[in-house]
Amino acid sequence: MTAWNDERLERIISIMLRSGVLLSAAIVLSGGAFYLIRNGGERAAFHAFQAAAPSYRSAHAIAIRAFQLDAGAIIQFGLLLLILTPVARVAFSIVAFVLERDRTYAAISLIVLSILVYSLMSAR
Amino acid sequence: MTVLELAPLVLLISAVAGYLGALTGLGGGVVITPALTLLLGIDIRYAIGASLVSVIATSSGAAAAYVKEGYSNIRIGMFLEIATTAGALTGAFLASRIPTSALAVIFGFVLLHAAWQSSRSVHTSSATESSDPLATRLKLDGGYPTQDGPQRYHVHNVKTGFSLMFGAGAISGLLGIGSGALKVIAMDQAMRIPFKVSTTTSNFMIGVTAAASAGIYLGRGYIHPVLAMPVMLGVLLGATLGARQLIGARTRVLRIVFGLVVAAMAVEMIVSGIVGKI
Repeated sequence: MTAWNDERLERIISIMLRSGVLLSAAIVLSGGAFYLIRNGGERAAFHAFQAAAPSYRSAHAIAIRAFQLDAGAIIQFGLLLLILTPVARVAFSIVAFVLERDRTYAAISLIVLSILVYSLMSAR
Repeated sequence: MTVLELAPLVLLISAVAGYLGALTGLGGGVVITPALTLLLGIDIRYAIGASLVSVIATSSGAAAAYVKEGYSNIRIGMFLEIATTAGALTGAFLASRIPTSALAVIFGFVLLHAAWQSSRSVHTSSATESSDPLATRLKLDGGYPTQDGPQRYHVHNVKTGFSLMFGAGAISGLLGIGSGALKVIAMDQAMRIPFKVSTTTSNFMIGVTAAASAGIYLGRGYIHPVLAMPVMLGVLLGATLGARQLIGARTRVLRIVFGLVVAAMAVEMIVSGIVGKI
């Protein structure tokens, strides 16, 4: 097994970020095309703010609706994946710093991850 | 206007914003919100939600490239992310408690600052003398590749940099932007990190900072699929083209023109906010 070092960590992070963005863009694009075909005639009312529907606001509801092929929820699912990409990067860093035996940075990464998870929990 | 008419329009505006944002280094997110609110009359909360999502996309896309080149410093990034994510949470909480007109005025001033900041490319040279003891303890010092082999650098004023980063994070969470300009100030001016390392590490941090407020925005219903979809795809497309164009492009004139356009938008945001139109 090759040793863990910062260069290897950087390479894997680079691949993670790129694939996360590409995958989410592909999902958002297909959900968007699907939405425009189905609901393109809908009136776009964004002049006055009204919070997005509850099924578009929590990770759990988005996942359920997306698997029922609700076009809007498919878009949200792609966006959720995009939001999770940097979160996954931080989570992976914890593992990598532990393998590098760098306790300080494993702890620092853990603090950042807790803040991110706390924020995502508010979108339940 | 129907959704089918709005989506291509938003896609086009976002692609232009992403392209110019990448070319000038201002970032697409900082321009997309005023464009959507001023040109299309879209409520600022929807615009901020969509913009924040596009910021994560462009930052992660660009960071992937920079990290591979070896300029960004993962340790500096991770350490300062404690400050930016905590700031972003604070900003996102404040966003719903502040009237939209005040948001518009604050946005205008941040935009003015970003335009001014990008117009002058003066930056302090990094010093090679001994670094902050805290930087040594946190192993923040690093190196980056040059033609004559790796160049080492030291990090200074860690505490000041950390506090400034909290502020940059709060602005990011409040306005749904990457606030790259503020992050670079903290790293370049306060911590005296080499410019190339500051800009790429800042970019690396923007995605994580934005993700911290995105959860709160999502839960509050600011992220609407119909609007976020064309904004995210448009900005990503434009930024990718812009980054490709950047190599060898003469951007000086474009920088000035774009800076003026952004400044005009900033003034209009401030006026609209004061008059109560936003």
